[in-house]
Amino acid sequence: MRLEPREKPSLLITFAYPALAILAVFVFAGFLVSLSGANPFSVFGLVLKGAAGSQFALFETLTRATPLIFTGLAAAVAFRAKLWNIGAEAQLYMGAVATVVFGTGMLPLPSPVLIPILLIVATLAGALTLLGPAFLKVRFGVDEVVTTLLLNFIVILFVSLLLEGPLKDPMGMGWPQTKKVIAEAQLPKLIQGKRLHFGFILALIAAVAVWIINTRTALGYEMKAVGFNPRASRFAGMKVDRVMLKTALLSGGLAGLAGLSEVSGLKGNLTLDLSPGFGYAGIVVAMLALLHPLGVVAAAIFVAGIFVGADAMSRAAQVPSYIAQVMVASALLAMVTAVMFTRYRLRWK
Amino acid sequence: MTDTVLSLDRISKRFGALLANDAISFDLKQGEIVALLGENGAGKTTLMNILFGHYVADDGSISVFGESLPPGQPRAAIQAGIGMVHQHFTLADNLTVLDNIMLGTEKPWRLSSRKSEARQRLTKLAQDFGLAIEPDKTVADLSVGERQRVEILKVLYREARILILDEPTAVLTPQESQSLFATLKKLTAQGLSIIFISHKLNEVLNVSERIFVLRAGKLVAERPTKGTTRKELAELMVGRPIAEPKIEPQPKGDVHVAIRAVTTADGLDHADLVLHGGEILGLAGVSGNGQTALANLLSGLSHPKSGSLHIFGEDAARWTPDLVTRKRIARIPEDRHAEGLVADMSVTENVIAEIYREPRFNKRGFLDWRAAEGFAEEIIKGFDVKCPSPATRVRLLSGGNMQKLILGRTLSLAPHFILACQPARGLDIGAVSYVHERLIQARKSGASVLLISDDLDEILALADRVAVIYRGRISEPLPSQQVTIQELGLMMAGHGFSEGDAHAA
Repeated sequence: MRLEPREKPSLLITFAYPALAILAVFVFAGFLVSLSGANPFSVFGLVLKGAAGSQFALFETLTRATPLIFTGLAAAVAFRAKLWNIGAEAQLYMGAVATVVFGTGMLPLPSPVLIPILLIVATLAGALTLLGPAFLKVRFGVDEVVTTLLLNFIVILFVSLLLEGPLKDPMGMGWPQTKKVIAEAQLPKLIQGKRLHFGFILALIAAVAVWIINTRTALGYEMKAVGFNPRASRFAGMKVDRVMLKTALLSGGLAGLAGLSEVSGLKGNLTLDLSPGFGYAGIVVAMLALLHPLGVVAAAIFVAGIFVGADAMSRAAQVPSYIAQVMVASALLAMVTAVMFTRYRLRWK
Repeated sequence: MTDTVLSLDRISKRFGALLANDAISFDLKQGEIVALLGENGAGKTTLMNILFGHYVADDGSISVFGESLPPGQPRAAIQAGIGMVHQHFTLADNLTVLDNIMLGTEKPWRLSSRKSEARQRLTKLAQDFGLAIEPDKTVADLSVGERQRVEILKVLYREARILILDEPTAVLTPQESQSLFATLKKLTAQGLSIIFISHKLNEVLNVSERIFVLRAGKLVAERPTKGTTRKELAELMVGRPIAEPKIEPQPKGDVHVAIRAVTTADGLDHADLVLHGGEILGLAGVSGNGQTALANLLSGLSHPKSGSLHIFGEDAARWTPDLVTRKRIARIPEDRHAEGLVADMSVTENVIAEIYREPRFNKRGFLDWRAAEGFAEEIIKGFDVKCPSPATRVRLLSGGNMQKLILGRTLSLAPHFILACQPARGLDIGAVSYVHERLIQARKSGASVLLISDDLDEILALADRVAVIYRGRISEPLPSQQVTIQELGLMMAGHGFSEGDAHAA
């Protein structure tokens, strides 16, 4: 049994295999659901209803998708250049820290001035967080998977230090949380009274911007070339190290924006449960999207929908909401397998 | 001596749309050396992989010593007495010769190793076949020729009666090749039979008794070696007449490149070389003697630790690849897959890799893909690259077309100096003559060409002057009419590099 590359995958195969992958996920999840004694069809119906069955559900899904779009883009940008940034979680928290440092009254400015400033500092905070590991990688060959992953824990402990110390809200009844950002620092809601906020629009803009960078700019071209073959890129005259550092800045910056968007758009302050693993989920989102920036938007909404839908379903059907994580994880595996089969065919001898 | 030991009967193998082997039949007699001659992609390796059980043929059968060989079982092939010596050695560098030879011959669950027995057998084999070897030396300390001897002994130790040698001379000096040929003759005198795979005509004529020519998966000819010529074989291999390159004498121009006493971290050791406009300078040498280091230096990938480097009269010691390209220096890299091209990107994306910073493609950081595609189409046309469109991924091109793409990309710089590293390696004869013509053209227009090659025939055919690189140092170049292959071979083995012996010790 071995794999033979396909010369040209047909259009049918390109779409059929990913569709098959999604189907396989529902069959597998359906099997697990029926083990727990519920009817899979009604459970999936409830998931769908919870994710998109009402205006409230839909807005909730899009709200949840917003940080995932940012972290998904962060992973997609980095992975395309083969910079394995596993540290979007840390970069997100650093972006959030920057937001509360500058957004809780230190700069008493009107919104149109303050929000752009916050965008810049949050981007910088995320970008600089990844710059360290990227520098260690290009200068000393230190594996960035290890450094970015471990930096997550360091940053989260650092944030917890800040929450117990300098950034602790004096009026917070002793809870480890920061002050709320001032009104001028809040991202406007898209619709009065709903949770969906302007961060979602920012995420869409970011996706389009990354798409343009990837396809139209010299930097996007360099990142692609360096990702595929750094040696040939260097031979042709690209400054591979510098491309890596630029990639790190872009990727870290995008993850930093996720932190800003969550604090200024949704939560108002920084706590340790700001992110239930958005940084890690971004990796899944980017892989599901095959690293395509517009695909990231779709994949983020898909993943957010399953999580939001499963929460609603578990309240109604008594099936644990962990099924959402099983579904997302198996979707990733199925999609990766499907993509392999669009590029290769299996031979039985 | 006329017993048939191996016969292949109408072997066919198809990979997708490609018919790699088309009903190939041939036989091998005891005590005979047959050569399997063909260009890359002619199906030689596929055929041998079928014989050795790595692939299963779609059709046809194999019999060894009168018994049919079960398909797809390397173990069965070994037991039937077939041994393969691969082009790339499969030895463990950190083990001794004896350990390497015993590796895999003992049952894994046996606790004690019968080393002394093995040593006796090995010594006897070495004596019988005249393959002098020290069993306790570590493989890492052996020369390339010695390693090949170990590979052959390894196969003999497994009691092979039929030896397959895949491009065995690729890494040898001419002298080492001669001693290999002598060894092979000794083996056949003892009753072994040998299949010798090569695309080098001279060797095939030198060593074999019968020659089978493969072309595009078909067996196109069988010739007794005594009754054929180099020219006939070449034409059979390619399928059409071939013109030899013509080089007219012309006066030397200004000094283009001057390397003086350069030492680099990756292997040059007080190397000197001066290259003039309007000449092709051939650099011969056994691979691994500093050719890559020299290429890296001139490509801007590495910098001298000491000594000086001047190109076009400017100090080039700190030039980067980016700057080298801007100075209109063309570079044909040694390894087109690893260094020349990004296989997963399109033809368009690859052709602009050296020049995408130029204003005609780059408008304030944004790339003009339409201009790039136009440029790609120019190159496809001008250099006869066979590909469906500029959007084709380079991975899907053949080796020859990849090389043409690199040639087109780099010669479109209108270069005054061309660094050509193994420009014809792995190409079929048609593509080789195309590459050579382009280099000759460049010389005619006054450019200097440094031709680094493992192939002495190529160097002697093209170069005005020839130098040899040995352990990071470069000999004084000689006019190519005045040197013979034998002399070059001696120099490649280190003769005339008096200081080098001191370094080696």
